[in-house]
Amino acid sequence: MRLLNASGCLDALAAPEVARELDGFVTKTVTPLPREGAAPPRIAETAHGMLNAIGLANPGRERFLADHLPRLRELGVPVWVSVGGFCADDYAETCSRLTDIEAVELNLSCPNVDEAADSAAEIVAACRSATPLPLYAKLSAAHPDIAEVARAVAAAGADGLSLVNTLRGTALDKQLRPMLARGSGGYSGPALKPVALHAVRVCAEATGLPIVGMGGVASGRDALEFLACGARDVALGTVLFSDPGAPARVRSELAAACADAGVASPDDAVGIAKTPETGEKITA
Amino acid sequence: MPNAARLSVTGSERVGPYTLVRVERRGIEPGAAGQFFMLEAPGRLLPRPFSLCIAPPGELGFLVDPIGPGTEAIAALAPGDEIGVLGPLGNGYRLDVERPLLVGGGIGIAPLPYLLEQLGGSAPVALGFRSAEHAEAASLLPGAEVVVDPVLVTELIEPDSAGRDWDVLACGPEPMLRAVAALCPTAQLAWEAPMACGYGACYGCVVEIDSALKRLCLEGPVLDASRVRPQVEAVA
Repeated sequence: MRLLNASGCLDALAAPEVARELDGFVTKTVTPLPREGAAPPRIAETAHGMLNAIGLANPGRERFLADHLPRLRELGVPVWVSVGGFCADDYAETCSRLTDIEAVELNLSCPNVDEAADSAAEIVAACRSATPLPLYAKLSAAHPDIAEVARAVAAAGADGLSLVNTLRGTALDKQLRPMLARGSGGYSGPALKPVALHAVRVCAEATGLPIVGMGGVASGRDALEFLACGARDVALGTVLFSDPGAPARVRSELAAACADAGVASPDDAVGIAKTPETGEKITA
Repeated sequence: MPNAARLSVTGSERVGPYTLVRVERRGIEPGAAGQFFMLEAPGRLLPRPFSLCIAPPGELGFLVDPIGPGTEAIAALAPGDEIGVLGPLGNGYRLDVERPLLVGGGIGIAPLPYLLEQLGGSAPVALGFRSAEHAEAASLLPGAEVVVDPVLVTELIEPDSAGRDWDVLACGPEPMLRAVAALCPTAQLAWEAPMACGYGACYGCVVEIDSALKRLCLEGPVLDASRVRPQVEAVA
């Protein structure tokens, strides 16, 4: 099992010590052109999670490649680049320019920008032609049948899945105004975990692809549950905001959680979750 | 990596409508005046940012305005409770100024007691509050000149008897800071924004700095007035 960060939840150049505690650093999503991002307020805490509407703020492909990526490589942590865009060619062009990195994560599900014109499978297919690098497709659990999307991106050449992105949500202030300037944002944190565990289970069953599981992971036990549902790797998101020491903590808790559950190691936990009644894996 | 620690609360006292929460200092340095700390809000998902208000030996003190569930939970802490503290974070005030004048508005007086101590205790202080109850917090800065709404604290900023301008070090609500920026282009302003992390991870705390949206936790929270848009007079 590798422990990563969820894209957009850590700046390895601002906090290299935190990134070095991970087995891989996933960048904030890179788009072809620079994006200043959404107007503030961009974040809001809710009862069981938080909303963000950052709006894919990033320096753009050219500056990322010329300035950020070389500095990220120097950190000594495997780099995963999250790639975004507004059509398949956007994604493919960025993929074709990436070298000497661990993997590409295709952000096919940002809740804070308009969806790309092309389908997830079309984007993956275009990127597959553009790069030999491992391609992980990041999907949203908002889709009514995420397993179907997973099968489609697998058929199009994805090497793995990143599950899940945030869900769209809204929060209001005391005066009943939206707390975020954009009105709505991506919902993350503990409330997302059951949704994400389900997505991991059904997509693992549907595709057999390696999965990076994420969504409300805050403890070693949480990470173990993602593994048990079929994830090979786990990413930390919202928890990094309140606890920059979370990578080391989750790793040490995971060892204890394995012992508590009678599992020899994290890798031995992958996919072992069975329904109590039938002993079979749940599908949809 | 900023220092993180779980610290015991050593005291909590009312100061007007605010609460001054003290925690033990242990391995956490007080840092420069105007830097900030993320304090765990018990029962909440995200910590909250606070500038350091006072730094008595062995303690760190934070002035809390209980305006929502997170700040209410922090204000309700009792001696012996433990909370997570991360810091010091960001950039504080530069102290290499000739003629410091401290200007605070409302809860924005929070960093000024520690700032005054760092300056050697002799700078003049001007404070503005929205009510007499809020103005009770001026007790944290004995000798300060205090005005209450509708008088604005910016009305206290005038050249001294020799006609020389002050080096203004300010903290307060955004309209006050923009007004100070317009009056004093060389002022240092401690800005505020909602923050989830405090160390550059969440990209949530952006404000317009140098005409672009930048993360306040990394650029500030203390900003040179020249980096922000000053108050623009309304056009009829």
